[in-house]
Amino acid sequence: MSVLRAAWLIARKDLQVEVRSRELIYTTLFFALACVLVFSFAFIKEGKQPVDNAAAGIFWVAIAFSGTLALGRTFERERQSETLRALLLAPIERSAVYLGKLIGLLLLMALIELLLVPLIALLFRAPVARAPWLLAGLMAAGTVGFAAIGTLFAAMLVRAQSRDVLLPVLLYPLTMPLIIGGVQGTAAIFAVEPDWGTAELCLTMLVSFDAVFVTLALWTFAPVMRD
Amino acid sequence: MTAGRRLVPVLLVVSAAMFAAAPFIIDTAPYESTMGLVQRIFYFHVPNAILMMLASSACGVASLVYLMRRRQSADFVALALAELVVVLGVIVLITGPIWARKAWGVWWDWEPRLTSTLIMWMVFSAYLLLRRFGGAGSEVMAAAVGLFGAVLSPFVYWSVNMWRTLHPKTSVLPNMVAAIATGDVESGSTMAGPLIWCFVAFTLFYIAVILLRVRLESTRATLERAVLLLED
Amino acid sequence: MNAKVSRTCFTLATLSVTMLLMGATLLAQASEADKTFRPIQPGNELLQEKLPATPLVFSAYAVVWIVVVVYVLTLWRRIAKAELEITRIATRIEGRP
Repeated sequence: MSVLRAAWLIARKDLQVEVRSRELIYTTLFFALACVLVFSFAFIKEGKQPVDNAAAGIFWVAIAFSGTLALGRTFERERQSETLRALLLAPIERSAVYLGKLIGLLLLMALIELLLVPLIALLFRAPVARAPWLLAGLMAAGTVGFAAIGTLFAAMLVRAQSRDVLLPVLLYPLTMPLIIGGVQGTAAIFAVEPDWGTAELCLTMLVSFDAVFVTLALWTFAPVMRD
Repeated sequence: MTAGRRLVPVLLVVSAAMFAAAPFIIDTAPYESTMGLVQRIFYFHVPNAILMMLASSACGVASLVYLMRRRQSADFVALALAELVVVLGVIVLITGPIWARKAWGVWWDWEPRLTSTLIMWMVFSAYLLLRRFGGAGSEVMAAAVGLFGAVLSPFVYWSVNMWRTLHPKTSVLPNMVAAIATGDVESGSTMAGPLIWCFVAFTLFYIAVILLRVRLESTRATLERAVLLLED
Repeated sequence: MNAKVSRTCFTLATLSVTMLLMGATLLAQASEADKTFRPIQPGNELLQEKLPATPLVFSAYAVVWIVVVVYVLTLWRRIAKAELEITRIATRIEGRP
């Protein structure tokens, strides 16, 4: 079985489980909404325009937070039923397991973002339609990098003690460049005078980050999950 | 390990002698005209900052070796280096703001080097937290963190630099500091002597510390094995 | 008993460091509150002279040494602990039939 096909089968299995219970979709979507609201109370003042960058910042923080929640829950599910070991014992490449999990997570995060974009457009008057492709590129590149690192660390933390606190502790410092790049790129698009150069530079940084870290994570997954 | 055993006291004595002479060596450096006496922090701050970067990349290499070969010694070295990175980070992140208070007028500035140092310090603190609270098997996971952390550092610098250059600089001094660091100022060459002296002294000292830490970790591992054998 | 003492020491140390940091921050902000920041340029060295450099340099060097000494002390403690463990195991082995 080819790696991609095995990966797709694993992702499809995750999606099927999810479609039946709808646990992750509902909870993370609601959490993302709650996140945006909580941050709005901090950054929006009555009768004034929101703080510069507030929309971009809240958007990316909501993505990162709900992504962490989804990551923890996806692997908690595998842990409860001891199915991660079964997956790892299956006669397929280890990297296929990683890729399958990554695809499942990316689909979920894409759903969250589909909710978040109209939300920030509505609540913060963010001009999301100004450069849809550039914005989509930033979102895609940022999410792929976040999910790539997140999937690796969530998978290996399945066997660790205090995994709930360790996941964010490891994940946020390691994804800091992604958050910075994502926020700055998005803020450059949303600014009163959009700064296309900065947005494109951020996209370049995010894409090269993805190229390096997806490769590295694919390679690291097998030795980390060996025993 | 036996070579290390004899090396540690030698390194400690040599570095102690060098540190004892350091004040006199630093005294020969020219009095930097714009920053004055506070520039003296430079001779301790910069070697520690450079060694922090070196130790973090070395930790990445050791982690990679551990992931590939599963040699326990590589893991011990990686742990010792990660711990050193965090200790050096504390030094750099405290002496930096003290210098900044005088040179830039503020305790903290979101300057690229300062911010990158903070992020890298967080990455390696997370490494230690994982080892402390991760339970069994955390050394393999920590190796992944060490590897990712070392690869991350250029991206951290790139992103923070990009973020900062969007805003006007609050001070002209960061550029000047960079000029001194690269030796562009006319007195740069005379400052290089004391700087190299301190750098060598710190390097020797920290090598001794790493050797001690590695030895401690291998003692612990042996002890664990002995306890397991006894309990059987 | 020993572990309890060291844990208490650790808690006390953490608390005191936190207090120290908070105090230092408050102090620093209080002294900063009245003057707005102006970067030092060749024209306004006078402004720079207001803040004496000696205590700053002194405290920076002190910080380096304090951090180094604390780290070496913890290393020392951990080594001593390992040695204690070794003797304990040795006596256990000797006591075995």
